[in-house]
Amino acid sequence: MSTDNWSPYILTFVTFAPLLGALLLMVFPRRDRDIRIFALVFTLLTFLLSLHLPVHFHRSLAGFQYEIDRGWISTPNIHYHMGVDGISLWLVVLTTFLTPLCVLISWHSVHDRVKEFFILLLVMETALIGVFTSLDLFLFYFFWEATLIPMALLIGVFGHERKVYAAVKFFMYTMIASVFMLAAILWLYAHTGSFDFVLIRDQIARGGVPNFPAAAQWLFLGFFLAFAVKVPLFPFHTWLPDAHVEAPTAGSVLLAGVLLKMGTYGMLRFNVGLFPEQARRNAPWIMVLALIGIIYGALVAMVQPNMKKLIAYSSVSHLGFVVLGIFSFTQAGLNGAMFVMLAHGVSTGGLFMLAGILHERRHTYEISEFGGLASPMPIYAASYLFIVLASVGLPLLNGFIGEFLVLSGAFQAKPIYGVLAATGVIWSACYLLWMYQRVFFGQVTHDVNNSLHDLFAVEKAAVWPCAVAALVMGVAPILWLGAIDPATQAVLQPFAQVVGKVVGQ
Amino acid sequence: MTHFLFPAQLVQAIPQGADYIRILPELVLSAFGIVVMVLDPLVNEEKSQKLLGYIGLGGAVAGLLATWYMAQYPGLAFWNMVKADGFSVFFHVLVIGIAAVISLSSFEYMAVQRIRAGEYYALILFGAVGMCLMSSAVELVLIFIALEISSISTYILAGFRRNEASSSESSLKYFLLGSFATAFFLYGVALMFGATGSTNIDVISQKLQTGPVELLVYAAMALMFVGLGFKVAAAPFHVWTPDVYEGAPAPIVGFMSTAPKAAAFAVLLRVVFTINAPGRVGLLWVAAALSMTLGNVGALVQTNVKRLLAYSSIAHAGYLLMAFAVTSSDDSVSGISAAMFYTAAYAAMNVGAFAVVSHFANAGERYVSLEDYEGLGRSSPLLAAMLTIFLLSLIGIPMTAGFFAKFYVFSAAIKAHLIWLTLIGVVNSAVGAYYYLRIIVVMYMREARKEVPVAPIPLGLGVALAVSMVATLYLGILPNRVLQYAQQSAEELLPSSLQSLK
Repeated sequence: MSTDNWSPYILTFVTFAPLLGALLLMVFPRRDRDIRIFALVFTLLTFLLSLHLPVHFHRSLAGFQYEIDRGWISTPNIHYHMGVDGISLWLVVLTTFLTPLCVLISWHSVHDRVKEFFILLLVMETALIGVFTSLDLFLFYFFWEATLIPMALLIGVFGHERKVYAAVKFFMYTMIASVFMLAAILWLYAHTGSFDFVLIRDQIARGGVPNFPAAAQWLFLGFFLAFAVKVPLFPFHTWLPDAHVEAPTAGSVLLAGVLLKMGTYGMLRFNVGLFPEQARRNAPWIMVLALIGIIYGALVAMVQPNMKKLIAYSSVSHLGFVVLGIFSFTQAGLNGAMFVMLAHGVSTGGLFMLAGILHERRHTYEISEFGGLASPMPIYAASYLFIVLASVGLPLLNGFIGEFLVLSGAFQAKPIYGVLAATGVIWSACYLLWMYQRVFFGQVTHDVNNSLHDLFAVEKAAVWPCAVAALVMGVAPILWLGAIDPATQAVLQPFAQVVGKVVGQ
Repeated sequence: MTHFLFPAQLVQAIPQGADYIRILPELVLSAFGIVVMVLDPLVNEEKSQKLLGYIGLGGAVAGLLATWYMAQYPGLAFWNMVKADGFSVFFHVLVIGIAAVISLSSFEYMAVQRIRAGEYYALILFGAVGMCLMSSAVELVLIFIALEISSISTYILAGFRRNEASSSESSLKYFLLGSFATAFFLYGVALMFGATGSTNIDVISQKLQTGPVELLVYAAMALMFVGLGFKVAAAPFHVWTPDVYEGAPAPIVGFMSTAPKAAAFAVLLRVVFTINAPGRVGLLWVAAALSMTLGNVGALVQTNVKRLLAYSSIAHAGYLLMAFAVTSSDDSVSGISAAMFYTAAYAAMNVGAFAVVSHFANAGERYVSLEDYEGLGRSSPLLAAMLTIFLLSLIGIPMTAGFFAKFYVFSAAIKAHLIWLTLIGVVNSAVGAYYYLRIIVVMYMREARKEVPVAPIPLGLGVALAVSMVATLYLGILPNRVLQYAQQSAEELLPSSLQSLK
């Protein structure tokens, strides 16, 4: 079949392949080993399928590609409308890339209710991909909510000691915030008669939506609140450390790697895409919150005695960069924000896997329980170092590119933002390297640690792809940025006029 | 023409064949109910369980067929007292469908509780007769009679666990407060008659549209709302709900919380929108906001699953009432169809949830507290998964009926510029998520601390669960056809008042 015939359906295949896997797993016999292999094969197939997207993507085009638009429900006017542009393309691939690794990292660590675990993981993957591919606001909300349940169950059933508390907190935080988005979506539908993102965007840009000026600020805030909680932007971040610490490793990887990006993706796509003027007006305080997040997250990470909490707070800090980049409204800032999203997904995903590997051996995340691990576990230590350096932002690794671009965008927006954000880079070096030193260097302080097994084969298979991706992204960022750039340019297009409007007042 | 009948007209107005067709479902249901009553003393006790249950079920199925037949002959019957239209067909199918599913899920329950079936199935059928009549009556006195038929059956059903004090308490409370409420309704009817000189809804509607609206009409509407508000468990007339639901037999709670409510909402829709009731927005706004908030807040602290679902049903009545607060004629269609869809969706998920609850409850309804549900995800995964889906639907998670139900109601309210009410609604639905989630959390995330025996699923219950599950998912994935049907019948319901408005 030629690619032209394929192209409207490829997104459907990619999105629902994991769900098909989950359905097949439901009728699968309870043979744990076979279930694991089956899940791995299915997620790998999904990944391969999703590679179709970047390979056949027209990089110079800004609009949505692989679009499919079919009527689903006539009243209200809901369409099955999917498509990707340079922004969502890579997030889809990131999701499909991380999920097989999640399967691998759960190979040994999940022994109870194995079937349920992998079913949830696969359902989760479908929901996540759906969030990034939906172009109908209804469909988007649908997938957005759909991510909640498998994630809450992953945390609540397979998590650690305080799992129930963390799961309920996670669920309630995101649920409460997202109903405001629902209200905003309903308003838009009532006044435009459509849920179609592209239609609504164009109609707003033309000024064809009645009562829009009066409501725009509220609509912006409705969307923003939902996304800010998800990101999480300071001060909505308190659910994150709990969720991360209690979640099973695979849950943490998807949570940090992809779920948080739903928030930043939403800001970029909907807050900035639909309401450019309000985005511009609200940018100052949002950027301040982002800066607080960067610095506060880093400082709190520094004093964490718990490795997983430390990584969780580092996410707060890194995601602050993304928000800062988006609301700097510069080409560099937006490209950087996109790149940080991807880089953070890969490297923090890797860090969580490494933390999980340690937890599986010692059943603790306390940094003080370790020390001198470099001698019993040399390969582990080396892999850890590689990922830490990527996360810190060492040039030639992926963290550097994104942060550099964001910082240069922030400088263009307002120098002081750039200066303050740049300290975040230093902080991240402090907390990560200090943690690394305490865990790996020096003498082995606890005897049990002497006998720790180095990485198993499946663990290598889970962690090393992250390291490789970090390296490739750092050396050849243009592979990614080539597709991102036209899309972000298109996002910035309406701002030329908006700037005049806002500054002119 | 006045609607008073003079002897000469009486002669002319002998009911035609079509008149009987238009109440055929009611006739069929009554006939089967009578058969159950007659047979009850004739069969021995062991046989009675099964036999009477099957007759009851057969009655419901026959009622559905009769409804289909009725739908072929739309129009007025019995001197403009009954109207067979799309609207009444919708509620006939809904009510009778609920009765059928409840009968199915009662087979096992009655055996486990060791309750002699007797008139149980007959009462369900008679209740359904009243509710069906409520949805097709267009004459206030007939509506009152229908309301009484449905209420009296449910009063008795609530007390059917004769050996339990709580069940008798439930029945008595329901009866005392309920008769109070219906008296209010009757008062309202009387005042409406005083104000307009008629008890026929269409005539009243014309009078109000053409002439001045007297103060008496407002009072009449308010009193009628008190009566119906009680039936749908809307705040501030909701206080009976938790106690009654806690004591009544679990399958009957599933019945009470859906079918009579649907019927009362049908009456409310007909009355409010055909009459285009003046001054209703404020009243319904407050009732909706109060019901949602009190229901959800009350449910947060419950430890008994039946009580919890009782409070949740108050909250759902609140969401539903939002649809009534729309005023302009354009929004009315979306309001009515949203409300109709909601009653159907709520019936699907709530009947399902109560079917699971009644199965878990075991003899004497011993296991109905939240902690009895601990570890059920492991000990009976299928039932737990089903209950989870019903609860997710009650939360309003996409892919389930509950989502579209809320969605339509909220969008109708937003269309009518009821922004604040919508915000109260969405915040409430987020808060509500917490207590439904608690049940799911308990089932899956806690280990059982005591042995709770769970019997295997018998056939009848299995079918009942399957039907509710299919309905919940069907309305959640392909809501189109049901909604379109609701919209068509909403338009049918409106035209007279629409035209006079324009």
